[in-house]
Order: sequence, then C-alpha cells, then structure tokens
Amino acid sequence: MATEKITMPQLGESVTEGTISSWLVKAGDHVNKYDPIAEVMTDKVNAEVPSSFTGTIKEIVAAEGETLAVGELICYIETSSAGDMKATSDTANIETDSNESNEGVQLSDQSMKKRYSPAVLRLAQENNINLEQVVGTGRGGRITRKDLEKIISTGQIPTTSAPSAESNSTSEQEVVQSNTSKPSQVSSAPQPTSQVGDLEIPVTGVRKIIAQNMVRSKTEIPHAWMTVEVDVTDLVKYRNKIKTEFKQTEGYNLTYFAFFVKAVAQGLKKFPQLNSTWAGDKIIQRKDINLSIAVAKDQELFVPVIKHADEKSIKGIAREINELAQKARTNKLTADDMQGGTFTVNNTGSFGSVQSMGVINHPQAAILQVESIVKRPVIINDMFAARDMVNLCLSLDHRILDGLICGQFLAYVKESLENMNETTVQVY
Amino acid sequence: MPVMSYIQAVTTALREEMQRDEKVFILGEDVGKKGGVFKATEGLYDEFGEYRVLDTPLAESAIAGVGIGAAMYGMRPVAEMQFADFIMPAVNQIISEAARIRYRSNNDWDCPIVIRAPYGGGVHGALYHSQSVEAIFANQPGLKIVMPSTPYDAKGLLKAAIRDNDPVLFFEHKRAYRLLKGEVPTEDYVLPIGKADVKREGSDITIITYGLCVHFALQAAEKLAEDGIEAHILDLRTVYPLDKEAIIEAAKKTGKVLLVTEDNKEGSILSEVAAIISENCLFDLDAPIQRLAGPDIPAMPYAPTMEKFFMMNPDKIEKAMRELAEF
Repeated sequence: MATEKITMPQLGESVTEGTISSWLVKAGDHVNKYDPIAEVMTDKVNAEVPSSFTGTIKEIVAAEGETLAVGELICYIETSSAGDMKATSDTANIETDSNESNEGVQLSDQSMKKRYSPAVLRLAQENNINLEQVVGTGRGGRITRKDLEKIISTGQIPTTSAPSAESNSTSEQEVVQSNTSKPSQVSSAPQPTSQVGDLEIPVTGVRKIIAQNMVRSKTEIPHAWMTVEVDVTDLVKYRNKIKTEFKQTEGYNLTYFAFFVKAVAQGLKKFPQLNSTWAGDKIIQRKDINLSIAVAKDQELFVPVIKHADEKSIKGIAREINELAQKARTNKLTADDMQGGTFTVNNTGSFGSVQSMGVINHPQAAILQVESIVKRPVIINDMFAARDMVNLCLSLDHRILDGLICGQFLAYVKESLENMNETTVQVY
Repeated sequence: MPVMSYIQAVTTALREEMQRDEKVFILGEDVGKKGGVFKATEGLYDEFGEYRVLDTPLAESAIAGVGIGAAMYGMRPVAEMQFADFIMPAVNQIISEAARIRYRSNNDWDCPIVIRAPYGGGVHGALYHSQSVEAIFANQPGLKIVMPSTPYDAKGLLKAAIRDNDPVLFFEHKRAYRLLKGEVPTEDYVLPIGKADVKREGSDITIITYGLCVHFALQAAEKLAEDGIEAHILDLRTVYPLDKEAIIEAAKKTGKVLLVTEDNKEGSILSEVAAIISENCLFDLDAPIQRLAGPDIPAMPYAPTMEKFFMMNPDKIEKAMRELAEF
C-alpha cells in the first residue's frame, strides 16, 4: 500500500492550466489504471484525466471549478500494490505537434509564471507590485528578482488593482501584458462598473482563451483584407443534384463547405506563401496543409483541424467536417484534433453573413471567410442573369503576405470554384 | 611588480618570513636538500641551513607532533605534508593537540604552527595524490584553514598564517603551482585570515568558491559576459572559519547563488556556506542555492576520462552558471 499523488496533466503544448469541470469519482472509489477520474477543461480542449495508478481514491484535493496549473496536485490515491507505481504518471502527456513547435517557442513555457521566489515576493510586497501584471524573463516565464528590480528602478510599477474589479481585470490585463511584453505599459483606463440589474458573467475557460487569442492576434498581426466575389451557380446546381443520394449512401450531408475547403487546400498547394507562420526573424512555410475550421457551440468556439486537406477527396473532407462538428457538440474533441492548423477556413455563411473581416488564427498567416451563397442578378455578356454568388473574404498577415500574392491565390480559388460542375468535380 | 607563479609566491613568502623572524623554520619530507618534491622550499636549505630547514622521516604524525611541540615552546614552525592526502596519520596531532591546546590550557599555551599541504587533482595523481581534505578539519574550532587562489593571495596569506598565533592549515592546489601566474609585490604585505575577497563584480549570479576553482569560475564568467551575464565571484580564501558577512553580502547581491568546489559534494565546505545563506538570506533568494562539486565517490580515479569526470573545470562551471542565470 502506498499513497500516490495524481496531478494536473499536461494536456497539450502551451497548455499551462486546467479547470476541473467535474469529478467522475469520489473518495473511496476503486479505480483501475487509465480509468477516467475527472473531466478537465483546458485552454484548448475538454479532456478526461486518466488515473495513473490502480487503487482507491483517498482524498480529492481540487474542487470542481477550480483552476490548477499543470503539475499541481488534484487528488491522492492509495495504490493496491507498490509495484505499479510511477512509470505511467505522464501517460496523459501529449506530444507537441511539430507544426506548432514554433508557436511553442513564441508562446513559450509559462509553467513557472506563478512560482515566486522569496525575494520576488518580498520586493512585490514592499513596493506594492501586482505580480499578475509582471512579465517574467526566467525559465518557464518565472518572474525573477531582476525583473522586479528593473521595474522598481524605472519607477513604472503596476500596482495592485482595486479589489472590486480584481478577478476580471487581472486576467484581461495579463493577456495584454503577455502579448506586448512591456510590463510598464499597463492600461490605466478605469474598469467598467456594473449598474443595478446588470448581469456579470465571469470570464473563464474557453471565453477567456478566445479573448486572449483575439487580443494576441489583433495586437501582434498587422491585418489586411481582400474580398472576391465568386459565381458558384454550377457548383450549386451539381451539389443540389447529388446531395440527396449522397446523404442516403454516406449517412451525412454533403455541404458546400467541403467544396470550398477542397478548393482552398488546392490553392494553398499552389501558393504555399499563405500556408506559413511569422517567426520573428524568419517566415516558416509549412509543408503540410492542415486546415482549421471554426465550429461554434453555445457560448464556445472550437477550431478543430482537417489534417492534410490537400490529400483528401471532397467526400473525405465532408466526412471529417461532419465528425469534427459532432465531436465539438458532444465535447469529445481531443487536443490532437485541435493542433497543427496552418490556415483557417471559416464558414461565416452559415450565419447568413455576406461579408466579414476575420481575425487571423494566431500564428497562422491568413484566414478565409466563406460567406453566404446568395442568388443575385449579375450581368453576363451584357445580359442580366440570376446567379448564385458568394463572397470569399481573406484576412492576411501583412508582415508575411502582400496584395499581389493574395490576389493571385484568391483568383485561383475563385477560378477553381467557378469551374466546379458535374463534369469536372470528383466527389469521391 | 614582478610576475610570479603560485609556487614562487609560496617560496618568497617562506623566505621573507624566515629572514624576518629567526623563530620561523621549516620541516617536512625532502624539503631540505631537494627543496621539496614540488620545489616549494627550493634554495631555503642553502640560505638558512640544515637547522632551519629540516628533512624529516616519512612520518606525518611526527612532522606535525614535532612542529606542535616546537610551536608551544615559542617557535614558528612551517610543516610541510608532501601531499594533503598523507595528512591522515597526523590528524590526531592536529585536531587533538594543535587545535585544542589554547582552550585546554585556559589560554596559558598556544600553538602558532603552519601546516602546508598541496591538495587537489587534475594532475593524473590518482587516489593518493588528488584529494581535497579541507572538510575533515572544517568543524574543529581552534583551527584555521586557508586556501588561496592566486599568487598574490598565496604570499600575503602564508605570511599571515606564519604570524598567526594559532594553528593554520595552508592548502595549496598543486595544479595551481605552475598554472597560475600573477603580479606579486616585492615588499612585505599581509592579507587578513578569515576574510573572503570579491574576485569579480557582477549583478546576475553569485559564485562562491575557493582555491583553484576560483580560477575556473573566472574563466567561465568571461564566457558568460560575452552573452551579457555578469557573475559576481566571491573567493572564500579562508574556508574555516568562514567569512559569514562576505558570504551573506555576496548571496544577497544577486539572490542566485552557485557554490563550487572540487571536493566531494556531501558535507563539503559548501554545505556550511549554503547553510549560512539559507539562515540569513531567505528573503533575498531568487533561486535554490546550487552546489557544484565532485561526485560522492571515494577519490579521484587515475584513468584520464574518469579523472575528467571527477575534476572540476571551467566548462562544468559555465554550464551550471548558465542554468542558474536562466532560472
């Protein structure tokens, strides 16, 4: 008999903390190794924590709703034998996806951010420094004594915020901080206060992450925009013709979106410049074409990835879209499903939107919004015709891309979509 | 100022002290006619004669015992152990007699002896010619242990040791003898025993060490300086009793402390330095106190690869310094 600790697992690269959404066991329960013991919501994904040992749950330390850093204790387990210890305690670790290694470098490990040394705590107390707002230069994002001494000597001290606005403001300012890497420039704008009758919604979980990523993207990436109008009359005709039969034989819908994803994947193959990442002193052009697609669910937004989209048929893409959407709706997306995206295609048309300016999915180079297909009068050969029109709106990282290459890319996608009809398209 | 090797500084100090004070005499194995196996006493036999530079039998306890007796009778003996490794038969004399006599006699007697011994490895000396033995003596009140790191310090501290009214163990790193050269004033000067010395100013990390490792740490620090990391290096010089004030000041300066010795890690001088820091500097510490030392195996092996594994060098120190700087 031995008492072992189960800690918050690392559920993906750049994931530093997780929130226990629910416990699946209680003290006294017997669990086998690899049995799920708790559900955890992290920045990227909802996941189950497997037990590292076979034994009896002795004490649950972390409460539901509590957010813990990776590696922090969540419960004690009494193992039945001393033999099956350790070895697998890190089974929940998920390998870093090679495509995102660069993101790893930029985001960097923040696991030590909240580990304060005695010197740091003393200096923070003596000078009334709010450590949440300090960017650490030490290993794992640790705030070093030197970091504080620098802040103190320059006199730009981020002080503790007013207690009323505390919990919400710190996390938001922390986001701004970690993005700008300038501890001194803390926004001094007053925090909005709520009136009687207003509803205050704490910013947590996925909402917090969306906020963080959007701020990061919009502050770091100089966005530029382009829109092309595509005539997809033939594609609509073709798809309408086969959709019923497809549904019957395959069991899921053949959406327009699958055709757009296919056209974009081919376009990226031809213009790999758009399939890249800004890495400070260099641009990394990705070999794999992994398309992130946005899937909305209630208050949440997930961005699962269709890997190697260029190698898949329209049917294969349609099936994967269907699967990923299902998983998102049932909270089954894994960290692996969400990693490795190199370009995002966003189906804004599903909301009826005809024009939008997407925020790039950091650290990608561009995002393409596929708008609603609308029947409109169009002049062809000096005659009015009723055509199915769609806008493709591209947001681009102007550090990496310029109008010329993006224009060529959009023209290519436009052309391939306009040429999709019964004779040219292979669904299978 | 002439440039001298470490061993020349030792010889110079001995000569000047013997010229200054007739009571100073040398005893040890082969120190006379031969001038010592390392030539630390070269020329002294010719200059001062056989009664002041005594060749002794191969009996370390006798060398120490004769020296202690002479010291208690008012002489100023400088006993040489050919290698620090051979000091073991004399430990009883040193600890039970030399270190205790002032206390035991209620201050009626004292024992102003200096025992010199070459210590340390890196010279392919294998087990019996490579050890560091300072830790054995470093919890014996009444003793002083001096381990200088430069020719300048060697001369000034050896003179101080000879003039000190209590027993002093004076450990000279044998690899430093001809490796280290530096400017040494020709005039008479004495450096205080019990005082550490800042050998390099820096604000990023603090290195506390002694003996030859100071030299290695300085070399490593120069490499780190190329990357903008400035190391603060404190040379203990006297490892017993320790200069607590200087240790605390140096540790507080950066809050990131690396302690270096080539002795075995467990129970080394560093352990005491670490304890002093943790007792006094908690709220200034920004990282765990780090110790870089020899492995906990009995002694330095002869095989060159294994000797390298055991022996401290600038690369090992540089690596540990970078780790700490990045923390």
